[in-house]
This record gives sequence, structure tokens and C-alpha cells, in this order.
Amino acid sequence: MSTYNKVLNDLAPKKFSKIGVVWVAVLSVVTLLGIIAYIDQIINGMKVTNLRDYALWGVYISNFVFFVATSFVGAITASILRLTRRKWRTPLVRIAEMVSVACIAMAGLTIILDMGRPDRLHYLFMYPRLQSPITWDVLIITIYLTFSILLLYIPNIPDFALLKKYYQHKPKWSKFYAFLAINWRGTEKQKKVHEKTIQVLAVTMIPLALILQTIDAWLFSTTFRIGWDSPNLGAYFIAGAFVAGTAALIATAFVVRKFYNMHEYITEKHFDKLGRLLVLACLVYLYFNISEYLIPAYKSTQGEIDHINEMFFGHFAWMFWFVVGGGLILPAILLLYRRMRKPFPLFIIAILVVVTSWWKRYVIVTPTMLSPLLPKQGVSEDWSSYFPSLHEWLITGATLAMALLIITILMRFVPVIPIQRTLDENGITNDENDDKN
Amino acid sequence: MEDKDKNSRRKFLDSSLKLGLMGVVGGAIATKLVDATAQEGEKVKVLTQDGHVVEVDSNTIRKVANKHAAGLKKEYNVREGFPGRKFVMVIDLAKCKNALKCTEACNAGHNIMGQNAWLKVYKMQNNKDTSPYWQPVQCQHCDQPACVTVCPVDATFKRRDGIVLIDNERCIGCRFCMAACPYSVRVFNWEQPNQPALPEGYEYTPDHAGLPSKMGTVDKCDFCPHEIAKGDLPFCVTACPQGVFYFGDIYEDTVTNGEETVKFSKLIKDKAGYRLLENLGTDPSVYYLPPVDRLVDFHDADYNFEQVQYISIPNTEN
Repeated sequence: MSTYNKVLNDLAPKKFSKIGVVWVAVLSVVTLLGIIAYIDQIINGMKVTNLRDYALWGVYISNFVFFVATSFVGAITASILRLTRRKWRTPLVRIAEMVSVACIAMAGLTIILDMGRPDRLHYLFMYPRLQSPITWDVLIITIYLTFSILLLYIPNIPDFALLKKYYQHKPKWSKFYAFLAINWRGTEKQKKVHEKTIQVLAVTMIPLALILQTIDAWLFSTTFRIGWDSPNLGAYFIAGAFVAGTAALIATAFVVRKFYNMHEYITEKHFDKLGRLLVLACLVYLYFNISEYLIPAYKSTQGEIDHINEMFFGHFAWMFWFVVGGGLILPAILLLYRRMRKPFPLFIIAILVVVTSWWKRYVIVTPTMLSPLLPKQGVSEDWSSYFPSLHEWLITGATLAMALLIITILMRFVPVIPIQRTLDENGITNDENDDKN
Repeated sequence: MEDKDKNSRRKFLDSSLKLGLMGVVGGAIATKLVDATAQEGEKVKVLTQDGHVVEVDSNTIRKVANKHAAGLKKEYNVREGFPGRKFVMVIDLAKCKNALKCTEACNAGHNIMGQNAWLKVYKMQNNKDTSPYWQPVQCQHCDQPACVTVCPVDATFKRRDGIVLIDNERCIGCRFCMAACPYSVRVFNWEQPNQPALPEGYEYTPDHAGLPSKMGTVDKCDFCPHEIAKGDLPFCVTACPQGVFYFGDIYEDTVTNGEETVKFSKLIKDKAGYRLLENLGTDPSVYYLPPVDRLVDFHDADYNFEQVQYISIPNTEN
């Protein structure tokens, strides 16, 4: 068997293994539970959540911010690493794009789950007000989703053409890929247009990604609330997205490598590079964290210092230190050692960072909601405090499961590693190629 | 319920005062009052344009042509408000003793209850050495309303007469306005509101919030345009036994608490009135008078708005 065929065999999408089937089943069940909980929320109102007039935003919003942040990974690999000509990104770029598409799609869905009247969703388009950061968010999420899908699809066109040929013995599949390949023949002219399109998309993606994260931050910083009212919040969110996105990519890449047997393509070298990238991300984010907390603490204005005390030593202390210690400081130190950047230890650290990234958003949203500018008085305990209810956990769990489900299903049909580019970069050609092109 | 409602709302105007109110409620309403109440030879108090209360014989009162009348007779539009009006409220903290009659009357008048109250009274203490005081807080009807700016669908809006309202048939329930409001005065209908039935044929208007409240939308103090239209004062103003709340029109420069009618600018100047969180630049329409020379001593109280249930709830178990 020629190298060409081996690469094709290795990288062509495969049927789910037994574990894959179980994985999809589990995710589907979790999703179903969430759908049931959501239907109950629609019928009985948001009373089923633990949200009340003080904690009026909670886990749905922090989960939304997490998804938006994680979707940044597509821009990192497909654009930033592309423009800085990091060749090692090749086997990771598709995985990153898949994570990105899944996360931004789920971000759009999650924000709807938080709406009191989802039946009036179309009002956002019928009566839009440009002053509202929500309108900006609706616009940028739709645009970013479109670009993410294009950036996943267009570079894949040559691969779809390869798969069309590869599946000649399975006409149904061959037809499916032929449809996706939109008559790709690999002519010089096509290649030129193709390359140019990707370049344009990749460059456009960078401002879009920065705008997306910034608008997401502006949802908070355009208010007067303690802890959100910071001009720095946009940059802070971009840095946070860099961390969450990189960690999500590492975790996904590890799983793909293990279950699709991609050890030859995603090597230890790749994990080493990603580990270094994560250290950089953590340090940058740590910088913004320090400035977000140190300066208000230094000035100690009344509201700010109460808020910070609550966070550092009070009710939210365990979450806060878990997030900052476990999600930023610890990874930044551990990953300085080469041993820790080996795939498995790095995977464990990446999982830790993803989990703390999720909680980080919770720590950004909830304590601020519970520190209003006027006193909280005359309300019962369940109004003046907040922890998500079972409904909220089920629905949030379902959104996370759906994101993983989207990634899993994409991997079933789309090559997780670019085939054509792997061939090109290694100088492998098809010896038996009888194509006249 | 209706009887209780009428009783609790004290008759704040006797016939002689009704003319005094003219300057406050003004317009077509006041004209009606003149015709209905002035009797021959009776002395009535009226407010002059420069803010003095003078006594005149009712026989001498004549309607004069109002050159601004054409402007005032514009058709009423719920998103524009009462033409030529700009409402303002003054809350005298020196008089408040936390009787919660305001909350009670507001709840009753708008079919709201419990912790969802739109008007809440907070115990304030600026620092540990200063004396505590009670501070009623409801929607401040800001001239630069943060809530209106962030609304993505134009559900909450600012009118020319100063009132900020919510169209709960437009609201999508994103709660951004609640996050944006620095006074935390907005409430959300987390469940299907349990409210008395509305009169047959009643048509919803944002003018009378709470009639009805809708699940999944935001509610708040509406400054009672439904009462203003009738020539009455907002529920909280009439209900307060202490006369804490003054309501009026900033263009006419008068406010009344139902007992006394005073010049707004003078009141604010003499008593060093201020607004809440003035530094934020929200430019509220509600002014506060500092809690000095108090009429009543401060008595601490612990209460939960959950207990402030003032509307009779229909039996829904059928």
C-alpha cells in the first residue's frame, strides 16, 4: 500500500467505535434531560430556576460567556497561527474549527434559554435598537458563526473531493462528498482561488473574533455594576478566551488522537507547542486578572471592597481560588516543565483549565449580581443569594453535551485532520493517479 | 377591596384646595374642576404663575384664552406622554417612618404583591456614626435612563413627560434593563402572576403597569399616568400618612403631597434636595430631601416584603 493510500485510510472519517456509540448515547440522554427541563421552564416560567430579581443573570449567562470564549480557538489556530506561519498547526486546525463552530452555535442557543419570552425572539430582528449591546451581540454571533462554518467548510473542499474518490465503492457516501466538494478538480486556477479565499477568511476572522469577545465583555461593562464597570473588560475577556480556547483544543486533540489512532499525525511535538501556548495564554490572563482585582482593592471604594472581600474571603472564595489558583497559576507553573507538556499530563491540565474557565465565568457573573448599589433588604434568603437549581444544571449540562455532540458528529463526516494539506506538506503524491489534471 | 382602596386613599383635596392643585394637574382636567366646584362668593386659593398662593373670590375667576392650548391638545400617545408636561417627585426623608402604606397602595393599585413590590423602603445608614433613616425607592424615571439605552427591542421607553414605561407585549425578557438599572428597581415576573381578573373589555396599555403583568417580562413603577389622567396623584403619594411624597410638574414648578402645594425649585433649594447616585449621570426625576429635623424618631424594623400582600388573590384552585 502506498503512503498516499495509507494517509487517506488513516484520515478518512470512520464509523463510530463501540465507545463512540456509547459516548453519543450518553450525550443524547443528557441533552434529552435538558430539553425536558427546558420545556418545564417554558411552561412554568423561570420560577424553576434559582434566578430572582437580584441574581437576575446566573448560570445561563456565565455558560453563554464560556461558549463565546471557547469559540475563540478557531480564530487562534486558523488565523493567528496561520498568519504567523506556524506549520505545526496543520493537524490541529480542523479540530479547532469544529470546536469553534460547536461553541459559537451553542452560545447562540444558550442566550435564548435565558430569555423570559423566547417566543418573541424574532422581535430582535423586527424592532432592533442599535444602542443595545444585545443587538451588537446578535449581529456578531451570527457573523462569527457564518465565518466559522465557512472556515471549516472551504478548506475542506479538496478533502471532500479526495473522499469522493475514496468512497467510490460506496456510491451514497461518494455522492454526499461529491456534493460537498462542489466540483473540485484541483486545477491551478481552483487552487489559487481556494488559497486566496482562505487567506481572506483567515484575516477577517481576527477582527471578528476580537469584536466578538469584546462585545461579550461590553454586555457587562456597559452597566454600572460593581465588578463589571471596567473599561478593561474587553481585553480581559479576549485574554480569557485565549486560555479557554487553547485548553479546549488540547483536550479535544488528545481525545481525537487516542480514539482515532492519530499518534503519527498529532505528535508529542504538537502537544509541547500547545502547552507552551497555554502558558502564554495563562500568563496574559493572569496579568489582566491582577489588574481587574488589584486596582479596585487598592482604591478600596466602598462597594468594590465589599465585592472583593466576598470574592477573596467570603462566600465565593472557594470558587475564586479554585479558578485563579487551579486554572491560571498552577498550569502556568506546571507547564514550564517539559514533562508536563507530554500528551497525558497536558490533557489533565487542559481539562482542569477548561473546568476552571467555566467557573471563572460564573465568578464574573454571580458575585456582581449579588452586590447591587442599593441595599438588598426585605427579601427572603432565596432572593438575596444564588446557586443554580436542578433545572438550570440540567439545561446547562445539556448545552455542554450538545456542543460535544456537534463536535462528535462533525468528526464522523469531516476529516479531523486536513488530508490534502498533510499530503502536500509531506510531498506525497498519488502514484496511481490517472487524473488528467 | 374597592372600599378599602377608597378609604386608604385619603381625600387629600377639599374643594378650596382643588384650585390650588390646578397648577399641578393642570390642563383640561383643572378646567373641569373650576366649573364644578367654584361657588359664588367663595374665597379660593390659586397658585400664580410665579409660584405664590393667593386667595381670590371665585366670582372673579374667568377662563382666559390659552395661547399654548393648541399645543396641549395634541392627541395622547402612550410613547410620547402628556403633551407639555414633565413629572417630578420629591421624597422627604425627614418624614418617613416606614409605615409601608406606599408599598401597600402601590401593590393594590397595580395588582402586584410580595417581594415583587415596585416601591421598597430601605433602611439606610451612610456610615456607622451617622443616624439611620428610611428611604423609599421606586423607579427614578431617569432622564438618561440606562435601562432604555440597553433594551434591544424598544420595549422600555422614555416619554417626553419624563415617564419611563415598559411595553410588556414587546419585552423579550432578556433582563438587560434590570442589570443596567443602578437602583435595582425593576422586577421580573418569574412565574405566571397571580392577579385578580381584569374588568371585562379592559385593553392593555403600558400606561397602567401590572394590568396585567405577564410571565417572562419586566415590571416596575409606572409613575401612575393612569391616575394623572384622572386628575389624581400617584397611589404612593395619597397613601402616605406622613406626606412624604410630593408629586408635580417641573414645568409648572409645583409639587404637592395632597396636603400642601409647594414650589418645587424653592423646596429643593431650601432643603438641599438631592438625587440618588447622582454621580452616575442618570439624571433621575425623583428628588430626595435629607433626613434632618425629623418628625418621628427612627424605629428599627425587620420585615420581608413577602408579608406585604395587599391584594386579595382569587382562588386559583379550580
